[in-house]
Amino acid sequence: MADPLLDIRNLKIEATVYPPGEKPQDITIVHGVSVSVEKGKVLGLIGESGAGKSTIGLSAMAYGRGGVRITGGEVMVNGRDILKIGAGGLRKLRGHEVTYVAQSAAASFNPAKKLMEQVIETTLRHGLASRDEAEKRAVMLFGKLGLPNPETFGDRYPHQVSGGQLQRAMTAMALCPKPDLVIFDEPTTALDVTTQIDVLAAIKEAIQDTGVAALYITHDLAVVAQVADHIMVLRHGKKVEYGDTRQIIEAPRQDYTRALVSVRSIEHEEKQPTADPVLRVENVTARYRGTAFDVLKNISVELHPGQTLAVVGESGSGKSTLARAITGLLPPSRGRITFAGRELSAEQTARSRDDLRELQMIYQMADTAMNPRHTVGTIIGRPLEFYFGLKGEEKRKRVQELLDEIEMGKGFLDRYPAELSGGQKQRVCIARSLAAKPKMIICDEVTSALDPLVADGILKLLLDLQKIENVAYLFITHDLATVRAIADSIAVMYRGEVVRYGPKSDVLAPPFDAYTDLLLSSVPEMKLGWLEEVIAGRRMESAGN
Amino acid sequence: MHPILKLVIQRLALGLLLLLAISAVIFLGVEALPGDTAQAILGQSATPQALANLREQMGLNDPALTRYFHWLGGVVTGDLGKSLTNGTDIATAIGQRLGNTLFLAGCAAVIAVPLALTLGLIAARYAGKWPDKLISAVTLTTISLPEFVAAYFVIYLLTQVFPIFQPVAMVFPGMGFWAKLNAVALPVIVLVMVVLAHMMRMTRAAILNVMQSAYIETAELKGVPPMQVIWRHAFPNAIAPIVQVVVLNLAYLVVGVVVVEVVFGYNALGQYLVDHVTKRDLPVVQAVGLVFAAVYIGLNIFADVVAIIANPRLRHPK
Repeated sequence: MADPLLDIRNLKIEATVYPPGEKPQDITIVHGVSVSVEKGKVLGLIGESGAGKSTIGLSAMAYGRGGVRITGGEVMVNGRDILKIGAGGLRKLRGHEVTYVAQSAAASFNPAKKLMEQVIETTLRHGLASRDEAEKRAVMLFGKLGLPNPETFGDRYPHQVSGGQLQRAMTAMALCPKPDLVIFDEPTTALDVTTQIDVLAAIKEAIQDTGVAALYITHDLAVVAQVADHIMVLRHGKKVEYGDTRQIIEAPRQDYTRALVSVRSIEHEEKQPTADPVLRVENVTARYRGTAFDVLKNISVELHPGQTLAVVGESGSGKSTLARAITGLLPPSRGRITFAGRELSAEQTARSRDDLRELQMIYQMADTAMNPRHTVGTIIGRPLEFYFGLKGEEKRKRVQELLDEIEMGKGFLDRYPAELSGGQKQRVCIARSLAAKPKMIICDEVTSALDPLVADGILKLLLDLQKIENVAYLFITHDLATVRAIADSIAVMYRGEVVRYGPKSDVLAPPFDAYTDLLLSSVPEMKLGWLEEVIAGRRMESAGN
Repeated sequence: MHPILKLVIQRLALGLLLLLAISAVIFLGVEALPGDTAQAILGQSATPQALANLREQMGLNDPALTRYFHWLGGVVTGDLGKSLTNGTDIATAIGQRLGNTLFLAGCAAVIAVPLALTLGLIAARYAGKWPDKLISAVTLTTISLPEFVAAYFVIYLLTQVFPIFQPVAMVFPGMGFWAKLNAVALPVIVLVMVVLAHMMRMTRAAILNVMQSAYIETAELKGVPPMQVIWRHAFPNAIAPIVQVVVLNLAYLVVGVVVVEVVFGYNALGQYLVDHVTKRDLPVVQAVGLVFAAVYIGLNIFADVVAIIANPRLRHPK
């Protein structure tokens, strides 16, 4: 057998961390991992955040992000150790033999330069083709990746095209210099599920057509199952399991892999609507100041006490705007919002203290929703003080009760947010909203920034708390798996309208409207060949029309 | 209408409005000064009758508002009035000295701006390493020296130790371009020393700020050499803050260099202003103040427009 294209042997990577109040420490983030990719094959690297998958991926270009250093092992590309070829040698390797597709193409394109300029930059720099030839190849790749008007697409600036298009353009940029290996670092994670499927299909087709090898990094096993030949599961910078894709998906050997495969184990019995909804939104229409179109169009939904209404839709569908309208941050131009039997005034500033107290919010980024200079005790204690006038020992006792409720023990009272994990931060935010004894909590993408297993823990906690406190959730999410797990009723939003609304069992059962069908069928399933099935199905449909 | 053209017109209109407001402030400020223009002209020994006559003749007895609009009308039509001390036409005097001022400022800017940008780019490229530290140390030293100290130091070095230039920067009408250039060499060197550090530091900071962006990592992962990353990928996105600081320094070169003018005996606007402040020649002070304000506003509008044009989101709307 010939040498593999990429052969990483016993890789060790260290970083320096600066824990608050302590001396800087060197920590090992990758512990002797070996990875190899053969010509024309796709290897999926999968794991939760902190597993070291991006770090390993970037090591194939001998690049350390931030203060990350490669301290041991060999990285063989095309038969030579690239850790020993120096800065000049690396510049020849990067953008020629190995190229990179980043998670956020929107941030990874230079806003001041035209797309074509950036796509062909390396091809010209490495002297691989003349400008004419490079532009021709770029246009060919734009077409292959399904970009609109491939001939003129390159004349645009990054801000003039959509996120999904930028992600495809970045793939074109990576493929333009005819590399041997492309590193895809979570290329579809930031996209809507309906966009993700198209980009995923485009990437897969481009990989197959060009015969390039790839490292595909993601936290979503269902996604990587569609494109990879082999999969390596990583955790805490160590290899957990390696095998071909079928074996990993269908017969995982390790417990951790099994947990990843069977994630979303939550069972939730749908509850029947009660007589008096806690929240009633009637014909609400709203627009942002200074704009000429409605971002919410005639929205009517209800939420019953102790139940969960999931609002689902892609970015820009108006689901977070609905939350802003309900909380009074964006006063509706028409319509009525009734909460706990009383009509809410449109302006948040005109609402009574009880209105504010009984309607709480939890956000996607727990990080930015907490004052980094307050301790957990202060953060949770603030609403107790503010709404109930609790002080001293009484307050401390209540904070501890709340901490117990969110399954965090004694030691957390005096810790700062920076000392908590992502899941713990979100739990503290939940405790803070519960402290106000709300009737309803708006949860805005509260699990989107979390790893699947951690997110699962948060969802379970929310459901348990709902049983104890009888609190209602308005749960905003783009993730249909989450919706299945926790909703009692569902509102599907698209371009500012509710296109489908009802009890979960009705909404998720056929016959579907066109958009809901598209949305549901776009959610990656953990089985081989799913992507081809869906794409083929859609092509048949459009051919039949 | 193209949004950029609209923004430029908006800025220009705002600038004119601002200039109008400033003219009022200048007039009020001069008005609030104690003393009497007629008294200042005729001196302590003037008879009451002569004073009254002169006041009547100059319109000093009119209400302030009338005099303001009279003055403003003159300004708009290019008539800045006559100097009280020597009766010459102020517009002519300013015109000549403004030419000298702009010549000196222009020469300093042509050297200082490219030099500061280049040094800033180099400092950013080698951030934290010795070239960065050397550049920072040298420019900070030169900015820390008071202008007159730097001026005397330069005079000593370049006229006594190495007698290359003459110590006095005399220019007069009819002088050839090269002779003029030779004459202003020393003040230009001093001014470059004074303005270099500020622009260099801002360039460095703006570039380093942009260097944190994801697209810089993309460029590095494309194998682009470091200096090219800075020049081609970082610099176009750092133009706006750099231009703001460059323009502030240009404005300083026009309106703030009186000390250097005095040291080198250079006959320009700053010296003209100071001379007439000491003589309480208020029409001249008013006129020069207005010219300085116009320079400041004009340069800042220029910076705004450059910052707008440098932003592709405004240049190419969706």
